Amino acid sequence: MPKDILLSVSNLKVKFDEHTILDDISFEIQRDSTLAIIGPNGAGKSVLFRAILGLIPYEGKVEWAPNIKIGYVPQKLAVQKDLPLTVSEFLKFKEKDNKKIESVLEAVGFQKGISEHLHNDKRVLSTKLGDLSGGEMQRVMIAYALLGEPHVLLFDEPTAGVDVSGEETIYELISKLQEKADLTIVFISHELEVVYKYATNVFCLNREKVCFGPPKEVIDKESLQKLYGEDIHFYQHHEGNHNEH
Amino acid sequence: MNTNLLFLLLTGALVGAASGYLGSFMVLKRMSLVGDALSHVALPGMAIALTFGLNPILGAFVALTIATVGIWYLAERSEIYPEALVGVFFTASLAIGILVTPQPELLEALFGNLEKIGFVDGIITIVAAAFIFLLAREISEKLLLGVVSEDLARSSGIKMPLINLIYLLLVGSIVALGVKFVGTLLMGALVIVPAAAAKNVAKNIVSYQLFGILFGILSVVFGVLIAKFVGISSGPAVVLVSIGIFVFSYLFKRN
Repeated sequence: MPKDILLSVSNLKVKFDEHTILDDISFEIQRDSTLAIIGPNGAGKSVLFRAILGLIPYEGKVEWAPNIKIGYVPQKLAVQKDLPLTVSEFLKFKEKDNKKIESVLEAVGFQKGISEHLHNDKRVLSTKLGDLSGGEMQRVMIAYALLGEPHVLLFDEPTAGVDVSGEETIYELISKLQEKADLTIVFISHELEVVYKYATNVFCLNREKVCFGPPKEVIDKESLQKLYGEDIHFYQHHEGNHNEH
Repeated sequence: MNTNLLFLLLTGALVGAASGYLGSFMVLKRMSLVGDALSHVALPGMAIALTFGLNPILGAFVALTIATVGIWYLAERSEIYPEALVGVFFTASLAIGILVTPQPELLEALFGNLEKIGFVDGIITIVAAAFIFLLAREISEKLLLGVVSEDLARSSGIKMPLINLIYLLLVGSIVALGVKFVGTLLMGALVIVPAAAAKNVAKNIVSYQLFGILFGILSVVFGVLIAKFVGISSGPAVVLVSIGIFVFSYLFKRN
């Protein structure tokens, strides 16, 4: 495996019962790059993450560079509202050093001294996970992933369930993380705009690999049609008469 | 107060502490009903042990171990707990247990009998409860991370199936130990109710677990004292004390 390759996947196949979810997937991820994975609902994007993390059985080969530390940010976690676990206790599962926790919390946008560090007048560290907003929860999960000082961060739809202002914060954060040395970022997204803005490479997935490469080169009408079906209505989505009823 | 009663209270307090602590994970894992019904499985095991003149705790332990491995297997293989199946299986063991338990021992097997707790039983219980407690503490963080997200735990290299199995075996063991105090019908409640009460008043995990332990101890100690001095079965006494604590904790939460 060449030194600049972080992950090499070849002929990956995932089946649930008799259904083939992923078929014949091969790709490589460059070290210190940013890869976006796009595709319609049910295309197998999350399944691909779960397979390369070794969480589900698969056929084929998944090979990580040696001694790689992986930070995983799962898709919108539904924690029980009344789970008596505070942010501090949760982060301490991974790192006991308070200073490191404070600095990672700052890195994900819970700044010291200003109101954002607080949640309903309480310090975010002593807030229960279930009391966090979608965006706050997502940032705490990113903080958790960052605490292991990972070489790669896997984001499964980082902005799912996050409101618009929170969404911007999270993408700003991702772009800030891109500057970090030897940190590869892989994220699943629905938004093409975001893919163009942040990704070095894009992987179009719909059960099989549809396209792979720099977004400006590989995303075109043809690949999008192949990806989302013949009848694409990207820009018509928000138009039309909503006052019919 | 005589030394016998003190010894009984000490043993019971340890069982209550370990039950409350283990129950704290059970409630978070949303397995309360499974935990509650699990104790029924002890009955046929005790009956078989009694028939062969063995210590009923041993019989209960074997039956519970088999049942917990079964639950674990089902849980690991499917996304949701096959609750109906577990319910059917546990009720079946209770019915069979009632039929095969020798009549004179049936009532105390179902509801607990303090008089039957000998010195050796007590020592075994104290040592085992302490061991269960320490082992549970050892896997506590991993279990809790699994409650937040099983995927997250597994992606950081934690073998969740193994942790879950160890945990369920610990629950089975504490139920086996508590059966003499509380009886097979109600022992599951001693695992679940103190933890459920603790959840009402806890502000974080540390206080949640401490309250779970405290409520477990209070339930057994006051339950045993009431059973002793009023002359009723210890099982209902212990469980009703824990329910009382739960009601108070609920009112506290509402305010």
